[in-house]
Amino acid sequence: MATHPTATGEAGARPASPALGSPIARALRLGLLRIGYEVRAYFRQGDTVFFTFLFPVVMLTIFSVSFSEASFGQTADGEEITAAWFFLPAMLAAGVLLSGLQNLAIDIAVEKSNGTLKRLAGSPLPVVSYFIGKIGQSVVTGVLQAVVLLLLAFTVFQVPLPEEPARWGDFAWIFLLGVITSAILGIALSAVPRSGASATAVVIPITLVLQFISGVYLRFSDLPDWLQSVASIFPLKWMAQGMRSVFLPDELVVLEQNESWDQPGIALALAVWLVAGLVLTRLTFRWIRRDS
Amino acid sequence: MTTPQNVVEVRDLRKTYDDTAALDGLSFDIHRGETFALLGPNGAGKSTAIEILEGYRRRTSGEVRVLDTDPEKAGLDWKARLGIVLQSSGEVGAVTVREQLTHFAALYPNPRDVDEVIAAVGLEEKAGALIRKLSGGQRRRVDVAVGIIGRPELLFLDEPTTGFDPEARRSFWALVRQLQSEGTTILLTTHYLDEAAQLGDRAGVIANGRMVDLAPIDELGGADARIPIVRWVEQGAVREERTHAPAAAVAALVARLGGEPEGLEVIRPSLEDVYLDLVGREHATDLASPETVMETR
Repeated sequence: MATHPTATGEAGARPASPALGSPIARALRLGLLRIGYEVRAYFRQGDTVFFTFLFPVVMLTIFSVSFSEASFGQTADGEEITAAWFFLPAMLAAGVLLSGLQNLAIDIAVEKSNGTLKRLAGSPLPVVSYFIGKIGQSVVTGVLQAVVLLLLAFTVFQVPLPEEPARWGDFAWIFLLGVITSAILGIALSAVPRSGASATAVVIPITLVLQFISGVYLRFSDLPDWLQSVASIFPLKWMAQGMRSVFLPDELVVLEQNESWDQPGIALALAVWLVAGLVLTRLTFRWIRRDS
Repeated sequence: MTTPQNVVEVRDLRKTYDDTAALDGLSFDIHRGETFALLGPNGAGKSTAIEILEGYRRRTSGEVRVLDTDPEKAGLDWKARLGIVLQSSGEVGAVTVREQLTHFAALYPNPRDVDEVIAAVGLEEKAGALIRKLSGGQRRRVDVAVGIIGRPELLFLDEPTTGFDPEARRSFWALVRQLQSEGTTILLTTHYLDEAAQLGDRAGVIANGRMVDLAPIDELGGADARIPIVRWVEQGAVREERTHAPAAAVAALVARLGGEPEGLEVIRPSLEDVYLDLVGREHATDLASPETVMETR
């Protein structure tokens, strides 16, 4: 056992427990520590690595191969737009949704029911640090996932990647805003499943439907106007549109609603969902289902 | 107010679910440095009481002070002074024993050394193993390790040795004695009365949400509860007599019956007998046959 004597002196003396220090600095420091802890555990979990991390990679491969004969239009220079090129932005957007929303909604619901949150609730871990850890896990795994997608598209499917730094700047803000919004919505959604066992059944249909109506698996311009309007309520449509604005040639802007990439609209829609997610999380998140 | 000697003060604690009283006016103190055992059958209210002290549940009424603080209003500084070993291990993500302890150590201002704690719970060989790959008893030892890593002033042990083999239980007792010698105050619930007797200074016995006895362990039930019992069968019925002179009673019985009494027993009540008598009296007042009392275990 510990060789240090405890600070308990004579009977009645209180052990000198050092104060925890500045709450904000401590919450940030422990949040960074949580990111490392969460990311390590994430990659040891075979099923999440496959269904969340590699899923868009698998889908991009399948789409690129099965539609390899189909044409998705031409650039102004007469270059064919391949299936891989066309679906790369869609799968990047899907990855953002899966790494954030699907991953965290299921993960936290499971942690709630298997006792992990109860254990943390009994420790001096600030709840903000827990959130930083989860959001950080989404950002780190999302970035790695995007890198894998881009490498696959570039090396195997010869998708031309943008050369202008401004486009990569757009990619950076759309990706970061998207993944953080998606992660916070995942935390909020984790309150819905009644048990860890039902979490997958509750969350996957939501993300699947969103992917179908938001232009991930189906060409968004092929959807009827009313369905496009419905999809525009949800954040995934805007993430996918943002990714198209970065990676597709500008000629394809004619396929967008109002024939515009509408980047200000993307920023606004994602920011509104980000705030809504924060409010919902504030209202619904509990370490444990405390009785009345 | 908590006096310096009291780490826990509970006064008239009540907890009602719908119309059922899970805790019905509980009062007790835990002194600094003592190990207090909370005993009682399943469903008696032990876990409800301990979870109210830990801050997990709200009380319906009554007063609770833990480390001079109301658990319902306590913050992170307060949690940093507690160690909690929950009744159920739950599951842990894909982390190793050492990773888990290193992580939890970082949450506390003055933690114990990770390797010393791993050694203290006897998991040196498993330090690099994923926790979910361990056996139930080994995972329980990880729970205990996480509970003490923060060098708590007050340690809650809710049925800590469930699933331990006898050897693991002995080494757990040695660990608890070490913590006691360092001045840690401990609240222990257990179904093993030998464990309570080994580790506890005082015990409270809860039945039906009420404290039916509260005393140093070897005085539970009062002095009368330990008076030997002479039991025999006469004309098909079980008869018994409590007496400080059982040998004389048996001699008188032999003389009266003119021979060997049928089913003769002389019983010196053990802690377990005293305990069963206490919870049985409360639990099954109208069903006082020995068989019924045994079932309340």
